[in-house]
Amino acid sequence: MKPHRIALLVALALPFGIATSALADSDDIVVENAWARASIGTSRPGAVYMEIRNKGDEPVTLTGLQTDLAMMPKIHRTATDEQGVSSMSPVGEIVIAPGETVALEPGGLHAMLMQLQRPMEESESFLLTLTFSDRGETTVEVPILGIAARGPED
Amino acid sequence: MERRSVLGYGAAALGALGLALFVGWWQVDGPGGPEPDGRRPLPLTAMEFDLTDHQGRPVGPDTLVGSPTLIFFGFTYCPDVCPTTLADISGWLDALGEDAEQLNVVFITVDPERDNVEAMAEYIGYFHPAIRGWTGTEQQIALAVEGFRATYEKVQTDGGDYTMNHTASVFLFDAEGRFVTTIDYHEPRDFAVPKIRRAMNEEKTEGAT
Repeated sequence: MKPHRIALLVALALPFGIATSALADSDDIVVENAWARASIGTSRPGAVYMEIRNKGDEPVTLTGLQTDLAMMPKIHRTATDEQGVSSMSPVGEIVIAPGETVALEPGGLHAMLMQLQRPMEESESFLLTLTFSDRGETTVEVPILGIAARGPED
Repeated sequence: MERRSVLGYGAAALGALGLALFVGWWQVDGPGGPEPDGRRPLPLTAMEFDLTDHQGRPVGPDTLVGSPTLIFFGFTYCPDVCPTTLADISGWLDALGEDAEQLNVVFITVDPERDNVEAMAEYIGYFHPAIRGWTGTEQQIALAVEGFRATYEKVQTDGGDYTMNHTASVFLFDAEGRFVTTIDYHEPRDFAVPKIRRAMNEEKTEGAT
């Protein structure tokens, strides 16, 4: 536990808004293949996808998101029932077990960016901070792909 | 004695026939049928609704009869499923190459309150050019959804906004307007193009005979 506590303190002492993909405290958390779709204007919500891997020995809990791009960034889950009806609902905390990866991908979990502060322009990028209950934060740079993108490689 | 047994056999035979009829009905049309909810989409020729396409032209089910059709419901304020479906369909149409020109491809909004003709035109402009966007009055949208035996529902979200739950399957019809099959949201992409070809080929075999 102790090294983690120290790491957390170090992380909290760091200034916000650093444009690197991972901060000192979050060596155990790796965010890969992050991408978002471009938006039309600001009235529609945006969606962000990524893979979050816990390399550590203890579970981590993703509790929230922050970005200056949107007032209300939240994790949502799309579910499609047997009748083919899709619905979307907010997800509270996400616990990632040691060694596990949680995928935010189309048709499943996604970070929904509500109340956009500016349009999400294709080929630009923005910073998204993931907040964890016990290990501080991880900030990732998310590239914005086209509206018709289907994955990080598009 | 003999009379009674004849009557008895007769009654038993009638009973057996009745049971067979009942079992047949149960398995084919009744609750035991292959589609338990009996909610198979109507043929396009039996549907009635009047909508407007993204170029402001009046359209309806009749517009689609004559070519095979790929049709689905969504809304442009949908951040996840709808752009993914539209992107998937764009990919399938790319895979079909020139054959895609024979298809009607239609996206009907279930959110006419926000998706007017201009919104639909702008939105579909980001996807494959064969995709058309239809909108209309709430009443006509409801009629269309009912014809496809699809569903939709407005759901309030915590930001004071709303989202729409809706059937995310893609419906396929042949050139005669008969329902062929659906492509479900989580189906592997490899299945989609052969299914579309099937709907297109049903048209060809019809034409050949």
